[in-house]
Order: sequence, then C-alpha cells, then structure tokens
Amino acid sequence: MTAATVVSGLLAVEVPYWAASIIKVGVVALVIPTAALVLGYVFLMKMMSFMQSRLGPMEAGPYGTLQLLADGLKFLQKEDIFPAKADRTVFALAPLVVLISTFLIYVVIPTGPDAVVAQLDVGIFYALAVSSLSVVGILMAGWASANKYALMGGLRAAGQLIAYELPLVLAVMGVVIQAGTLDLQKIVTTQATGEIFGWDGIGNPFILTQFAGFFIFLVAVQAELTQPPFDMPVAESEIVGGYQVEYTGFRFLFFFMGEFGTAFAFAALASVLFLGGWALPWGDLGHWGFNIAGPAIMLVKVLAVSALIFWFRFTYPRLREDQLQRLAWKFLIPLSLVNIVVTGIFKVVL
Amino acid sequence: MIAEHVAFGIIAAVMVASALRVVTARDIVHAALYLVIVLAGVAALFLLVGAEFTGITQVLIYIGAVIVLFLFGIMLTRTGFDQDEETDHKHKFPAVLTALLLLAVMIGALVDRFGDEKLDANLPGGLTPQTTAQVSDELFSQYIVPFEAVSVLLLAALIGAIVIARREEGG
Repeated sequence: MTAATVVSGLLAVEVPYWAASIIKVGVVALVIPTAALVLGYVFLMKMMSFMQSRLGPMEAGPYGTLQLLADGLKFLQKEDIFPAKADRTVFALAPLVVLISTFLIYVVIPTGPDAVVAQLDVGIFYALAVSSLSVVGILMAGWASANKYALMGGLRAAGQLIAYELPLVLAVMGVVIQAGTLDLQKIVTTQATGEIFGWDGIGNPFILTQFAGFFIFLVAVQAELTQPPFDMPVAESEIVGGYQVEYTGFRFLFFFMGEFGTAFAFAALASVLFLGGWALPWGDLGHWGFNIAGPAIMLVKVLAVSALIFWFRFTYPRLREDQLQRLAWKFLIPLSLVNIVVTGIFKVVL
Repeated sequence: MIAEHVAFGIIAAVMVASALRVVTARDIVHAALYLVIVLAGVAALFLLVGAEFTGITQVLIYIGAVIVLFLFGIMLTRTGFDQDEETDHKHKFPAVLTALLLLAVMIGALVDRFGDEKLDANLPGGLTPQTTAQVSDELFSQYIVPFEAVSVLLLAALIGAIVIARREEGG
C-alpha cells in the first residue's frame, strides 16, 4: 500500500457531524494564538529590530523565540482590574467581541481542496461582514472604560474603520467580477486554471490584472488593523493606547491576539484573492496532496503579504486625522470605483 | 424539520427578550447593544431559511454600519459616563400605540396572505437555499426597475445630506 492510498483512505473516513465540528472549532481556536505568536515574533520583534539596527529580544529561548510565550504567561498572572467607574459587563465583553470577529473570518479561508472549515457560496462577502464586527467591540471597550482617552480612541477607531471598510470591500469587487464568484474556493481554482493570453505557465494570479485592487486592499487592511501609519485610535504618544488604555492582563492579551490574528486573516484573504491561495498552477487541483501541501503553500504567501504589511508599518510616520479621511474618501474610494468600471468593461469585452 | 424548529425557538426567544431590553434599558448605550443582539437574531433567522446573502448583508449593513453609527453618534454627543441620566419617557404612550398598530398591520397582512397555508419546501420561493447568483439574476432582470429606482433615491438622499451639512457649516 502506498502512502497515497493510506492518506486518501484516511480522508475518506466518514467523521460524524459532531466530531467534525469539534475538530473544526479546535483548529480555528489553535490558529489564532499561533498566528499571533508567529507574526508577533517574526515581524513585530525581529523585523522591526533589524530595521532599526538592534537585535530585539535575545534572552528567552534561542534568538528570543520564546519571548512572546513568556509575555503571554506574564499577562495571564496579572490581576484582573476593572476601573472603578467602568461598566463591568460591557468592559468584560468587549475584548471577546473583537476576538470572536477574528475567529469567524478563519471559518471560510480555504487551505486545500477539502481543508476548509466551511465552504460558503458567499465566502468573501461573509469574511468582510464578520470582520466589520470588531468595530462594535472597540466602541464597547472605549465607552465602558469610563476614561476620556479610551472614549476618544474608540471614536477615532470607529471613524477610521467605517471609512476604510468601503475601499476594502470595493477593492475585492474587482476580483469578484473577474472570477465571477464570491466563493473563495472557486476564486482559488479560477486563478490556478486561468491563463495569460493563452499561456498557462503560472495560471493567472489576480495580482497581475488587479494590481490596483491589491494595493487598495493592503492600505485598507493597514487602516482596519489600526497600526502605523494609521494608528491614531491607539496612538501611544497622544491618547496613551486609546480604547486599550484601561485593559490589563488576559483581557489585554485578547486585544493583542485579536490584532495579530486579524492581520494574519487579512493576509490570508489577500493571498487567496490575489496570489492564488493554496493552489499551484501545476498538477491536479483535486489531488489529496493539496490538503497537506496547501497549508504550507498558503503559509509562505501569507508571510510574504504580512511582510509587506509590517514593512509599511515600520516605515511610515503616523498620518493626521484629516489626512487619513482624505486618503480614504478622495483617493482610495474613487480609485477602486475606477478599477471596478475598468474590470467590468474588460469582463464584458473579453 | 425539528432541528430548525428548535433553533427558531431559541433565536426567537433571545430576540424577544433583547428587544424588550432595548426599550426598557436605562442606559442608551446598553439599549443600542441589545439592538445588536436583535439584529444578529434577524440575520440568524435569514440563514435558517437559506437566505445566505440576505443574512450576511444584514450583518454587514446593520451591525457593521448602522449600529456603529448609532454608537458613534451617542458617544460623540453625550458624556457617556453618567448612568443615571433620564431616558426620555415623554413619548411613551404614542410609542406604544405606534408599536401596537404596526404589530396589528403585520399580523393582518401575514394572516391575510398565508392563513393556514404551509410553504412547500420544493417550490421556487419555498424554503430552498437561494444562491447569490439567483438573487442577482432576479435583481438585474425581473426587478431591475425598482432596483434602479432605489439606487436613484439613495443617491438623492446622499446628495441631500451633503447639501444640508454644507449649509450648516456656513460655507
């Protein structure tokens, strides 16, 4: 018996519905902390340090690899503090809302022909809808903290996330028009089986035709994550951390995981939409091997996109509030509308 | 169908309880947050009858945008910290009356249209999941005129909002 038959035999085993559900929930629950650890270590700690000509954490584990685990343990030991005038219920729920919004995005991200938690007909639309839920959590946190810096941070975050939700959705429209589907799995296969003027050597990754969309998507993601150069909602130097200012211990950890989990999820969405996702343009897409190779291929692409996102983050200084709004409404949104019109024309003509 | 009935019962109970809290909560931010639960329940009901696209649109538009604008407005215009501020009870009676009238109209319309009739799950328009492609096909062929009319209406509202905001600015 070859390895192939063993694995395909394993995959063919009928798993009962409840067991499949538990496995799926477990996988999603594990991905977020892992993503936060990987991105936090590789980019936030090491890449930023190297760009600033320093070493970064070196003590915990080889090259400081265990630093974030140590930080996480430290957070868990801290006292669970509520501000005296805080609205306790809303204060406690807010980080959970943010984290749940992140969890829900992972549900539709495909990592192989069968390796996906739920394949939805409206995949990308669903992902963008649930990612917008985090704003509610941020506003809850800002309001319930009973702290004016927190409230200002919450308001800034809401204004920013609403403004950048539009270019984010509009940038994706180009891909959806070109692929003719909202289903993330079909967007992957369309790119892998596509061809450029009859040449099918590398399929047709949408970054080639939708470069404007890719650019707008990355800028909007940067703003959705409220990280520099769009970090006014948490600006440490003016409003000392914004909506997170009163949070300590494991509740702060939730926000941290939510932020990096969402960065990872958006990078995964970008690699599915623009870089071809889990597939390689060679070989049979339905092959069982893609269920094992798929996640690895995805990881490479996700890390490449994350590197771009964090490169922006460490390079540009913070924008002013009016510059931020002007960039969204006067540049990104018109550009993405033009992109949609042009894509639509090509779709009809070709 | 039993599983769907149980799910409907749970969602409906949560929605009704939250809806009552929306109107009885002392704090207006709490009321808005209970409204989130009600709207999420509506989305869940849409998903339950197979209207995926409508359900997710409900989440994106109502929870992701409308509620956020509510909260944004509330937090921007109020201090936000004092809990004992009186919510407005002057219009309690007309509000109850309006709600009861609306309830009567909706019950009347539903009973008048359906009566004891049960929807056949296999008929078009029955409880079969509807794909986004079907929705958009119907939207851009059969319902193209109302769709365009609504678009123009929204555009007019948008321009109107800008004009009013500009005038108040004094510029």
